Amino acid sequence: MAVTTAPPPARRSAMTQLTMTELRLFTRGRAGVGLGLSVGFPLLLLIIFGSIHSFSTPVKAFGGLTTLDVYIPILLVFAIALLSLVAMPATLASYRELGYLRRLKTTPAGPARVLAAELAVKLAVAAVTVVVIVAVARFGYDVAAPRQIGGFIVAGLLAAAALMATGLFVAAVAPSAGAARGIGAILFYLMMFFAGLWLPIPDMPKVLQHISHATPLGAAVPALQNATQGQWPAWLPLLTMAAYAAAFGLAAARFFRWE
Amino acid sequence: MPAVIDVQQLHKSYQDTVAVDDVSFTVQEGEIFGILGPNGAGKTTTVECIEGLRTPDRGQISVLGLDPQRDRAQLTQRLGAQLQESRLPDRLRVAEALELYSSFYQAPADWRQLMEVLGITAKARTPFGKLSGGQQQRLSIGLALVGNPRVAVLDELTTGLDPQARRDTWELIERVRDRGVTIVLVTHFMEEAERLCDRVALIDAARVVALDTPAALAERVETEQRIQFRPSVPLDHGLLESLPEVTSVIHRGDVVVVTGNSNALNAVTSVLARRGIIARQLRVDQASLEDAFLALTGRHPGSTENQEA
Repeated sequence: MAVTTAPPPARRSAMTQLTMTELRLFTRGRAGVGLGLSVGFPLLLLIIFGSIHSFSTPVKAFGGLTTLDVYIPILLVFAIALLSLVAMPATLASYRELGYLRRLKTTPAGPARVLAAELAVKLAVAAVTVVVIVAVARFGYDVAAPRQIGGFIVAGLLAAAALMATGLFVAAVAPSAGAARGIGAILFYLMMFFAGLWLPIPDMPKVLQHISHATPLGAAVPALQNATQGQWPAWLPLLTMAAYAAAFGLAAARFFRWE
Repeated sequence: MPAVIDVQQLHKSYQDTVAVDDVSFTVQEGEIFGILGPNGAGKTTTVECIEGLRTPDRGQISVLGLDPQRDRAQLTQRLGAQLQESRLPDRLRVAEALELYSSFYQAPADWRQLMEVLGITAKARTPFGKLSGGQQQRLSIGLALVGNPRVAVLDELTTGLDPQARRDTWELIERVRDRGVTIVLVTHFMEEAERLCDRVALIDAARVVALDTPAALAERVETEQRIQFRPSVPLDHGLLESLPEVTSVIHRGDVVVVTGNSNALNAVTSVLARRGIIARQLRVDQASLEDAFLALTGRHPGSTENQEA
């Protein structure tokens, strides 16, 4: 059995291969939510909301914004949360359950690179989804594009960091892939409630508004809204998101099990 | 020949169970070394210490002169592992998995050629979840070999395979050895150890109870020989019974079954030769590795002592 050594050039690095593999598996829609649903679901909601006529008329309670204006940031965090809280924890927990991460420990690549690849893919898909939603809203439904681009990007990145850190924490502590899926889904609905998916934050009773602002997405939505209107987001919501990212990121690093 | 793997006084406990208790052995370059024992004897823990997946409580391990804990980066380049109960994501395809794993190594094997050797080229585009048990096992062996390792550690290689797939896998392992790869094989199948292994360490209740070639282990067991034949003419009663080496003679129609000690065959054939009697369809059953296992551990190889850690 003569197996020759492959020529070293033209080979892709382990990190590139792992990232491509994660993307491929994601497009094939395995554990949790696949690529189609992650991008398609928020887009579908945008199309539905955009088609409701009354959503395009200015509302006094929203300071002259239309209901659709108010919902765009909510749909953006919806997309990021779906990827971070539902798709990612289930994927990582299933890798642990399969023994895939443990097997990688016996290779030079190591399991941490899979985690990095998974994060990179989810972050990239999140970024693309955000751009698509903003573009479809702008050109399909005449919603103004973000005017304070820098503030919008900072708010978006901090929201993604807070959500992904939370998702990693769920993957770290969930005893099984099924549990990760369940915990992720509960957190997703809870966070989306406080983001104002069912009842926009300005319509909430005062107490709920306060609670909402203390949650990652209750902080993210006004920050994105401000940036869209052309103002730099307030520091408090940005700091709130950064604090969640740091706390859950550290906890995930502390508790993550490879096997 | 230099020792490729050197394990000295290895100890490993989990909470209150002792998984490995003072295990020592060396594996020579180019051999197939078997680690044989009942479930829960400590086989997997031992090889996981060699692979660097577990940290020993005490003792020294050297693999190709490397410390599995300290020199992980170098060891993973040279040691290929097939783990018990490790699966791939269901939707990852055969060729993708091999290409992915080959990207981890500095000087990998050509994965397309490897796929050919493993006989899974036709399944290149099949997702892992759709492969049969034998095909999954082949891919798993392929992933252990794709880095061109000098040592391959294969844990429960053929568990769950049908007899044909098992034989095919054995052939494959022999070809891998012929390439110069040193192989450590964990198994609880006697037949597998007898067929493949140059030497076998018998592990029972966390300790090495015997270490030798399969044939030498079998010989150690003083069991009776059973000789069966069809004599060319009917035998006189008492002819064989009177031999000191023989313990019993049974006539079953025209077939004679003789049991006796390890010299019985000699004694019987010389008596028959003196009388000019031909022993047709002569069959001798000898002690096997399985008998050795039973004698040394008091247990059947497949039986479970406690849960494998």
